[in-house]
Amino acid sequence: MLSQESLRQINKEIAKYPPGRKQSAIMSALRIAQTEKGWLPKEVIEFVADYLDMPPMAAYEVATFYNMYDLEPVGRHKLTVCTNLPCALSGGVHVAEYLKRRLGIGFNETTPDGKFTLKEGECMGACGDAPVLLHNNHRMCGFMSMDKIDRLLSELENQ
Amino acid sequence: MSARALILAGIGADADRTWRLQDYVARGGYDTLRKIVAEKTPPEAIIAELKTSGLRGRGGAGFPTGLKWSFMPRAFPGDKYLVCNSDEGEPGTFKDRDILRYNPHAVIEGMLIGAWVMGCTRGYNYIHGEIFQVYLRFEEALEEARAAGLLGQNILGSDFSFELFAHHGYGAYVCGEETALLESLEGKKGQPRFKPPFPASYGLYGKPTTINNTETFASVPFVLKMGGEAFLGLGKPNNGGAKIFSISGHVNRPGNYELNLGTPFPELLEMAGGVRDGRKLKAVIPGGSSAPVLPADIIMDCTLDFDAIAKAGSMLGSGAVIVMDETACMVRALERLSYFYHEESCGQCTPCREGTGWLYRVVRRIEEGLGRSGDLDLLCSIAENISGRTICALGDAAAGPVRSFIKHFIDEFIYHIEYKKCLVPLAVQDLGSQINVNVSPT
Amino acid sequence: MLEIEIDGNAVQVPDGSTVMDAATLAGVYIPHFCYHKKLSIAASCRMCLVQVEKAPKPLPACATPVTNGMKVWTHSETAIKAQKGVMEFLLINHPLECPICDQGGECQLQDLAVGYGGAHARYREEKRVWVNKNFGPLIASDATRCINCTRCVRFTTEIGGLMELGQAHRGDHAEIMSFLGRAIDSELSGNIIDLCPVGALTSKPFRFSARAWELSRRRSISPHDSLGANLIVQTKHDKVMRVLPFDNDRLNECWITDKDRFSYEALASEHRLTSPMIRKDGEWRAVSWQIALEFTVAALQEVVGGQGGQALGTLASPHATIEELYLLQKLARGLASENIDFRLRQRDFRGDAVRGGAPWLGMSVVDIHDLHSLLVIGSFLRKDAPLLAQKVRHSALRHGLRVSAVGSSAEDWRMPVAARALVAPAAMAAALAGIAAALAAETGKPVAEALAGRLPPDIPNNVRAIAQSLASGEKNAVWLGSFAVQHPRAAELHLWAQEIARLSGAALGFIGEAANSTGGYLASAVPGAGGLDARAMIESPRDAYLLFGVEPDLDFADGAATMTALDQAQLVVAASIFDSPALRQSADVLLPIVPFTETPGTFVNCIGDAQSFHAVALPPGEARPGWKVLRVLGNLLDLPGFNQDDAKAVRDEALSGDIRACLDNAIGELPEAEDPSPAQTSRLQRVADVPVYFADPLVRRAASLQKTADAAPPTARMSASTLAALGVSAGSRVRVTGTGTVELQAVADESVASGCARIAAAHPATVALGPMHGNLSVEQI
Repeated sequence: MLSQESLRQINKEIAKYPPGRKQSAIMSALRIAQTEKGWLPKEVIEFVADYLDMPPMAAYEVATFYNMYDLEPVGRHKLTVCTNLPCALSGGVHVAEYLKRRLGIGFNETTPDGKFTLKEGECMGACGDAPVLLHNNHRMCGFMSMDKIDRLLSELENQ
Repeated sequence: MSARALILAGIGADADRTWRLQDYVARGGYDTLRKIVAEKTPPEAIIAELKTSGLRGRGGAGFPTGLKWSFMPRAFPGDKYLVCNSDEGEPGTFKDRDILRYNPHAVIEGMLIGAWVMGCTRGYNYIHGEIFQVYLRFEEALEEARAAGLLGQNILGSDFSFELFAHHGYGAYVCGEETALLESLEGKKGQPRFKPPFPASYGLYGKPTTINNTETFASVPFVLKMGGEAFLGLGKPNNGGAKIFSISGHVNRPGNYELNLGTPFPELLEMAGGVRDGRKLKAVIPGGSSAPVLPADIIMDCTLDFDAIAKAGSMLGSGAVIVMDETACMVRALERLSYFYHEESCGQCTPCREGTGWLYRVVRRIEEGLGRSGDLDLLCSIAENISGRTICALGDAAAGPVRSFIKHFIDEFIYHIEYKKCLVPLAVQDLGSQINVNVSPT
Repeated sequence: MLEIEIDGNAVQVPDGSTVMDAATLAGVYIPHFCYHKKLSIAASCRMCLVQVEKAPKPLPACATPVTNGMKVWTHSETAIKAQKGVMEFLLINHPLECPICDQGGECQLQDLAVGYGGAHARYREEKRVWVNKNFGPLIASDATRCINCTRCVRFTTEIGGLMELGQAHRGDHAEIMSFLGRAIDSELSGNIIDLCPVGALTSKPFRFSARAWELSRRRSISPHDSLGANLIVQTKHDKVMRVLPFDNDRLNECWITDKDRFSYEALASEHRLTSPMIRKDGEWRAVSWQIALEFTVAALQEVVGGQGGQALGTLASPHATIEELYLLQKLARGLASENIDFRLRQRDFRGDAVRGGAPWLGMSVVDIHDLHSLLVIGSFLRKDAPLLAQKVRHSALRHGLRVSAVGSSAEDWRMPVAARALVAPAAMAAALAGIAAALAAETGKPVAEALAGRLPPDIPNNVRAIAQSLASGEKNAVWLGSFAVQHPRAAELHLWAQEIARLSGAALGFIGEAANSTGGYLASAVPGAGGLDARAMIESPRDAYLLFGVEPDLDFADGAATMTALDQAQLVVAASIFDSPALRQSADVLLPIVPFTETPGTFVNCIGDAQSFHAVALPPGEARPGWKVLRVLGNLLDLPGFNQDDAKAVRDEALSGDIRACLDNAIGELPEAEDPSPAQTSRLQRVADVPVYFADPLVRRAASLQKTADAAPPTARMSASTLAALGVSAGSRVRVTGTGTVELQAVADESVASGCARIAAAHPATVALGPMHGNLSVEQI
């Protein structure tokens, strides 16, 4: 179900916790699985749950509780835009509107070519860099002017 | 950054290159730990020093750190855990991110000292999921510390051992609440626990656990190095030392500024380059989005410390200062905050699960020009029914802004309801007001 | 003890009590939803907020520990305001559909809304709607009504042993669901219907059939497993509409099994026998009681008069009442026959001669809580005795009980099992001997002389681990399950279990198979001197049989052999609740008797409690209580002692002595007798379970239970290595041959001991296979 490399990474995470506390690694295990698969199909969640000796429902609770997990397929590039107060004060809402226009999609939608998914995000803890957005969960982009968005999009278009 | 900086001292333009162990050591890092281990400083002495310093928790609640550390049952046999709360995700807060990416070893040293004091054998740093690059850097810093014999078994050749690991969140603000964080560390949903029991007796995996904020841990080496009295002297009585203020919103130079507690607010505003475009200051949320908002005239008279801000009717919280100028529509601002708490409620207890959604829907309605007379009373009543009735503080955090925004800016709310229009011209607004979007002009 | 003042009343409560505990003691009701006395504390609904002196805000009574001198107000202005606030929040997204909700009239939310809800809704936004779930054939979901109290989630995790339900998503999107929409398979699942404080989880078989206030509530006792769960049977116009638990902290607490709860559907089965019937010239026809009884009496007298009482075999269901079993044995003995038995699936009766008394659990159910170590020998514990398993699970999860097991199947008990010996049936005695040997080594006590010569030379580590677990505990128990009792060498397993119990200072107990597995002994429904036991009555066919409440093809150790014996008999009289093809094939006269709901009766459960119950409904048609039928038969046969005025008189006569004094699990040295079963030489042995929903005539006809996963048709389950050795691929059809042949699907199942095939008994699909134990051959089709 998962690659050897993913399993190796999960094993490394398991080792961080005391014996018998494998479940503690669920968040990183799901993250690793999602990075490999692009999103988290339920079979993958069940596989990860079995791997960590926990009930699949408990793993599903985790996968649905934390909003960086994707339970539906997303585009190759998921852009999560913060529109909360500090970002909004710095133009976060306009960033989102601009992205919607540029990509021709709304929040929680994916471009027909499968390249981009747009999400509305919650505070990312980087309000000093506002407005911010996250690319594929792990890369933070700050001070997003229209110009920087254009550059980011053309960079990602070509990937 | 302030000249008085401690945690952020020596961190300048090349901050992204000076976070490594060698840089920290060059700045005097790990001196305190080495001294403690070499001299076998008694834990009681360290706790006493911390108490003298007046160091209070930097995560928002401001609980005295020395006192917290003294609660830990040091003699408890078996595992005891030390947890660092780097799950910073309240709108306005972004200081832990900078500490972790520019000075991660200060946190590690602070945790080592905490482990020494409380007899913890294992620790975790829970890092906000959205700052994943920072999590990776912290993992690197841990590797450096392990390689240098600063972490693991027999630290610095002594019989002191402590294992420290990084754990990342993945998008849940509520995990910043310490018991939700523990649940999350155990691999569950981050739903806060009812207290008592408190983590000091029943924490991670049911074992005694102490949880401190990133900045608190990072402060500890500096407090001990300069001495409790000296640290206290930086600030005001009961508000010892310096702390990091994160300023965002309508200022020219948003960012982190390390100031002595008790610094007048206008000084911080000036450091941040003043209000953007020379506009007029309207309101400030002084301690993260859950702190009550203060109008300009009140905040301009405040000093930045726990007691002064509390006296003004708000709280210093984590020192996250959100600045709004005259172009900000306060209804829209509240709508953004209410949306946040609605989205981030964990769903466990009734008042927060149901109440935050209700608050948001009513505020949104008013924002969109669909408000009804009686809505403001309704909002206050809902907020009152949430406050103090929930398992954790998220309910209070959601209710606080509603009450303070209405209290201080009731005119704007009434105007929205009565005239279906915004007092602030839409053209100048950054917030993207939605008013009239859903209302056809009559 | 702590002193607390609640609403002005001083109460003393034990240390560690919560305000809710104290209020319960003081008789003060605090409204609540998520709190449940048997579940962990969630403190999440916030309905139980109360005012506590010196506390700055109201506190949840369920989670607030009492401190000495505490003062609490449950109905002060502060408390009521908080409670009303919570009620409003609970109602904003709750649909206003009480008139069409099955919970109406017994809904905690509805009840409390009367006291704490407002007359008008201030919430004017759109209400949340959730899609209903499919939780299987027993539990209906109306998800939108859910108030997220999470009682059901906590139940599946804490009581059921597997988190089958969870609360996914967060905030007001939080929603109770099962993973992948799976059905809830727990044999205790129906309890979440009772736990749900609203109409989100209701009974699928019951829903829309009656309103709570239309129902009469009558107490009864479960007729199924050996625990004797206390029931409330609810009827409308003399028809049983549903069954609920009656709290009994000594036995079932507030739980019942799904079998207890849903078997009532069989009461109205179209297969109920509603008239006496006689076969004449190969044709069955309904007759009056008089004709049927006269026929029966004449036929019995003919056989007994001709060949003597020895020619008669009397076989009764272990689910029959004490009154029925007692009168039945009295009737048989009145006809000079000692051939009577109720232990229909047992093979080895060597223990009868050296038995101390009636087998029982050997301890109280409550004491399971304090056990340190428990060895379960030969039991499908979770399905055979779901509530005993629940007690064990609770103790294992919460109180550190170490559970170990010896058996031929290691199916999931949904509890931690510390050590296990998974061995073929023929190797069970050796495994037990190994435990005894290891225990002797651990404790320094010698193994009893008579057994010392039979100790194995080598002791595997898993067997040693079981011994160590027992040796390290102070309060221990060793239980023999139905698989051990039905084992061809049951007496030896009993002897070894006794030795293990002696060496470890453990209580020795029998789990018991059925409602009267202990009671049958007390009612003397066992062969006396010279009498034949259940097996012998089949292996040495009788001229006449008297069957009581049994299905000859399904209720015996070897259904095929039983049918053959009955087919050869001159006379078969069958008193039965249900009509069935097997009875029509084998019997000459059918007498319609009634189940537990239509007769007074008594079951003596596994801890020796004689629990009596009354009829709660009228029998259909001409069906009559079994004890009355037997009384009339006794009188018509002119036998003495059949003049009891009522069922109570029968019970008093049957249980005249001290029950406790009759309970004794001791077994003496076995007489040197011929081996009860030939040595296992085949490379494949049968492991037969009695599936939970095929175990007795009632459940077999409970329509909804028959739709569950537990009612799936039998398969031939073998470990991958066994399948490979046989050259059979998993999933294929196989021809399985015992004394007869059946075709089944082969299924890979690592919980089955190597060299064994687990094939369920008590099912029409496997009757032809023959005995529950013994050699099999398997070939792929």
